[in-house]
Amino acid sequence: MAQQVETVRQQTPATREAGQRMPPRPTFLPPADIYETKDSIVVLTEMPGVSSDGVDISLERRVLTIRGRSTGNEHRGYQQVYGEYSDGDYERVFTLSENIDRDRIEATLKDGVLQLVLPKAEAAKARKIELKSS
Amino acid sequence: MALSEFPRLGFDPFVELRRMQSEMNRLFSGFNATAARDFPPINIWLGENSVVVTAELPGVTRDDVNLQLQEDVLTLAGKREPKPEQQNVNWQRRERAYGGFSRAVQLPFRVDPDKVQARFNDGVLEIELERLEADRPKKIEIRAG
Repeated sequence: MAQQVETVRQQTPATREAGQRMPPRPTFLPPADIYETKDSIVVLTEMPGVSSDGVDISLERRVLTIRGRSTGNEHRGYQQVYGEYSDGDYERVFTLSENIDRDRIEATLKDGVLQLVLPKAEAAKARKIELKSS
Repeated sequence: MALSEFPRLGFDPFVELRRMQSEMNRLFSGFNATAARDFPPINIWLGENSVVVTAELPGVTRDDVNLQLQEDVLTLAGKREPKPEQQNVNWQRRERAYGGFSRAVQLPFRVDPDKVQARFNDGVLEIELERLEADRPKKIEIRAG
């Protein structure tokens, strides 16, 4: 118990320094599906409650970072009487094994699922190698 | 274990209390993230004369969900199928669950089946139900004596 109290005390000044007034939000690890087709890699991430302006995707070298901020759980004039989930931040980081054509990446958010289509770079596509006749 | 005088009577209120306590603990264990979660996870919000049930259903569309109301029990059922274009692909990671789901929610009061509104927002299903007119608490005037 004593340890817990200490942690709280340590956290408070740090949060104030950063100028954050929001209460701490939980961070979730959203479940994801990744599959590969002939031309691209498709990443599907579950982010219920995230609207399109709450998504932040970045690709640095081969590290793909997906962030989402869920909102809308609060209901004004209503009191929560039972709860199994809450608003929070979704965050997931993947390291890609293929070279990606980063100019043609497509991201769509539909029904709380973020779909990322990452086209493989031309150089990374499988190529048939001709045998030179000697 | 505390022994009491009551077993002789055939009814032990302390045993009842302990049973109730363990039942309560079981009910509230849902707040713990490590507990096995039912799908879909729900939240319930109570207004003055209405109740809102929200459920996280990412990737589920309107046509995939079947809502039923019987007395004060709301049932959410449906299915989530993989997309046809995912048939012949090379899976690298598969963490999302597919298949059917069903969940019954006990509402805190009886609701008017004609005044139910349900909508989907960013993968969150929101169902608003209004309390039945006959079921609402009535204010009783006290006559001056």
